[in-house]
Amino acid sequence: MSDRRKAPSVETIDMTMRFGAFTALDAVSIKVEAGSFHALLGENGAGKSTLVKCMMGFYKATDGQMTVNDKEVEIDDPKDAYDLGLGMVYQHFTLVPSLTAAENLVIARADTPAVIDWRKERRRLETFMASMPFSVPLNRPVHSLAAGEKQKLEILKQLYLGNHFLILDEPTSVLTPSEADEVLGHVHKMTKAGDLTVLMITHKFREVRAFADSVTVLRRGKRVGTGRVADLSNDDMAAMMMGQAEMATPLARSGDTGRTVLSLDHAKAVDRSGTKEISIDALDVRSGEIVGLAGISGNGQVELMEMLTGQRSLLSGSIRVEGTAYHATRSEARQHKVRYLPEEPLLNASAPHMSVADNLALRSFDEDGRLFLDRKGIMQRANALIDDFDIRTQGPRAPIRDLSGGNVQRAALARELSGDVTLLIVSNPCFGLDFSAARTIRDRIMEARNKGAAVLLISEDLDEILELSDRVAVISEGRIAFETPVADADPKALGHFMAGHA
Amino acid sequence: MTNISQNEAAASGRPPALPSWVIARIEALAIPVFALIAGAALFSLFLMTQGKSPQEFFALVWRAAFSSAFSWKNTLSHVSPLLMAALCVAIPARLGLMVIGGEGAIILGGLAAAVVGASCGSIPAFFGFAAMVVAAFVVGGVWIGTVGALRVKRGVNETISSLLMAYIATAIFNQLVESVFRDPASLNKPATMPIPDALRVTDLPFLSTHWGVPVGIVICIACYFLLERTTIGFAARVTGDNIRAAQIQGLPVSRLVIGFTGLAGGLAGLGGFFEVSAIYGNANDSLISGVGNTGILVAFLARHNPLAIIPVALLLGGFEASSGLVQRRMDLPDATILVFEGCIFILVLLSETLYGRSDSLIRKILFAGRSK
Repeated sequence: MSDRRKAPSVETIDMTMRFGAFTALDAVSIKVEAGSFHALLGENGAGKSTLVKCMMGFYKATDGQMTVNDKEVEIDDPKDAYDLGLGMVYQHFTLVPSLTAAENLVIARADTPAVIDWRKERRRLETFMASMPFSVPLNRPVHSLAAGEKQKLEILKQLYLGNHFLILDEPTSVLTPSEADEVLGHVHKMTKAGDLTVLMITHKFREVRAFADSVTVLRRGKRVGTGRVADLSNDDMAAMMMGQAEMATPLARSGDTGRTVLSLDHAKAVDRSGTKEISIDALDVRSGEIVGLAGISGNGQVELMEMLTGQRSLLSGSIRVEGTAYHATRSEARQHKVRYLPEEPLLNASAPHMSVADNLALRSFDEDGRLFLDRKGIMQRANALIDDFDIRTQGPRAPIRDLSGGNVQRAALARELSGDVTLLIVSNPCFGLDFSAARTIRDRIMEARNKGAAVLLISEDLDEILELSDRVAVISEGRIAFETPVADADPKALGHFMAGHA
Repeated sequence: MTNISQNEAAASGRPPALPSWVIARIEALAIPVFALIAGAALFSLFLMTQGKSPQEFFALVWRAAFSSAFSWKNTLSHVSPLLMAALCVAIPARLGLMVIGGEGAIILGGLAAAVVGASCGSIPAFFGFAAMVVAAFVVGGVWIGTVGALRVKRGVNETISSLLMAYIATAIFNQLVESVFRDPASLNKPATMPIPDALRVTDLPFLSTHWGVPVGIVICIACYFLLERTTIGFAARVTGDNIRAAQIQGLPVSRLVIGFTGLAGGLAGLGGFFEVSAIYGNANDSLISGVGNTGILVAFLARHNPLAIIPVALLLGGFEASSGLVQRRMDLPDATILVFEGCIFILVLLSETLYGRSDSLIRKILFAGRSK
């Protein structure tokens, strides 16, 4: 094996991956120069994940070669990739939360001894940290670190393991913009210094523009473009990703706000840790308006959603819908036409092993108090909704977990937004979706608002909040810290309240 | 759409793709059959280490369980409680709960039926039977329903609590049968007062088995319809697949869990009723037979599908029925059948990892003749 300490160059040549008759990756060649920061762009299902999984040995490519430092290599499993110094950082953390950073680093090694000499290890770790351009606290449990620090630790872990080619799979999706800039800034500097070669999967043009040297775009399993970032405009890259389709403009806002639909009055509940309180003094949402609730993850959004869906009981105060007390039972939700779009719909809004048709029927299967399932009706409805909301599936009988993230979210939307809606409660609807999927989802939410629904949008994406909302509120440490019409909302001021400096 | 891609695939020499749900259906049948055969193979190895012939063993099982009217009677006598014991595992499993203490509901249900039956000699038989059935169902239902309630109200792991409650049930059973409910005439083997003849479940006309078997089969079919074709069953399946989604949809999760575990326990209690009323004539410790545990194997082999429980219970009932003959002819201990069942169970659990992975193998087998 060649020198592990230096950043390698990596190239794939005509990489092809077939699953049965479906070609997920069609002869994709991509060259990542030594010490470069290469971005991999593409819509959901374009083949980005498949490509990197082939490179890391999680899949055995049907066809094609791969070279490291211009030498042909055979990667049959992730261990081979590791031996060649290739590492991967995932969208979600793979650290053990209850262990410290130091412990996480030591157990990640393949040659961890049966009895660990901690004094020696700690010295080694400190020398290692001192040689790195950025560091994280070594002796605190990982769960107490901020998301940005965790992601830095993930990257440090790969470097500690001696991997100098890193695949970053949407590394900033759980970070705030400033955290993202810091982490990627460090990575960028290390590539410039020749210590690291990076291939980053992303949806965010801003990050590509700010940090990447070159970019490759995939569409439907094919490479549709590659080049230096400096030579390409955002529109060029968008056009490559989307193909013929025009970049759709957001749906316009129309109609007036009406009566108050949802109102929280001094609603209090215990938070997840059981030690603190969520306390919403006043929050009103009127028909025909979207109220955006901004906030940094973990400030009570999850608990508020649970209060609104009846999973977390109130200590005091009240939640009212259309003037009457609301406890989120099935009959109340049906009577008041309340709909929910919880975040991560596969985890929170779907029965993953049941079919798409069954999932589309979750809300309506027992309408008019029937005892026997209307199986024909469920199937017909499913076919109509699949067409109407453009859900890409093998068919209504396919289990919903086989669908891509965007399509699961479309299915959840199709189910919740069919028929009249009085109140829609949404949480991070576009988390992890690419922009054409996100566009459709945001348009559907706006459409519901324009038709007169009251919408509460809980989101960690400030851009999304500013785009969709009529009014913006900020949640911080379980309280509403600030509220303003969107016209007067200044991102900087909002950020101030989000960070808790009221 | 599917046709086009299949033609394309055939032209290129690759086996055509099948939709994932078709694969899933094939797997649901093929993998348990494979586990059964592989379990038998593993057990054969065990027999050979004992210096016994596997051929002789399987021939004996066939003879003892399925070859004649007499052996069928023997097999069917084991089937009735197995059906109910298996439902007691399969129904909670569809709600995502692993209840393994059905034995407790069987013996307490049987005890309740025997005690009520013995005191109902003077009323018309119809009411007597009704009282016994209700007593068995309610006692069994409360027993396993408690397991469900502990789960949803207090977060107690249902596998552990149902197992421990089965031990408690055995202790209560022994205590009651040896004290307040003991028939003074039962000297060597403590038992409850005999159930009057009018309240004994009889054999079916022309068939050499009691009513417990057809009733059990009808209940299996009814449970299938309840789970697959009714809105209540749909809500239960959603709860089992993703309890958070069910809660957000406002489904009455607690009531569903308690209701269905109660139903499961009630059916197991009914199994106990048939045992005491058709076989023993009173409640004695023969009722503590381990059938609840064999029922776990039946439910797993049937993939918790109530319809599949029927053939699987017939097969396993046959194995159980052959234990005596195997013991006498091959000079093997009584527990040999348990070793056999254990081998199958291990392979069933191992085969769980095959689901979703046999896609290309299934296509190769199905289209083996075509791809030339």
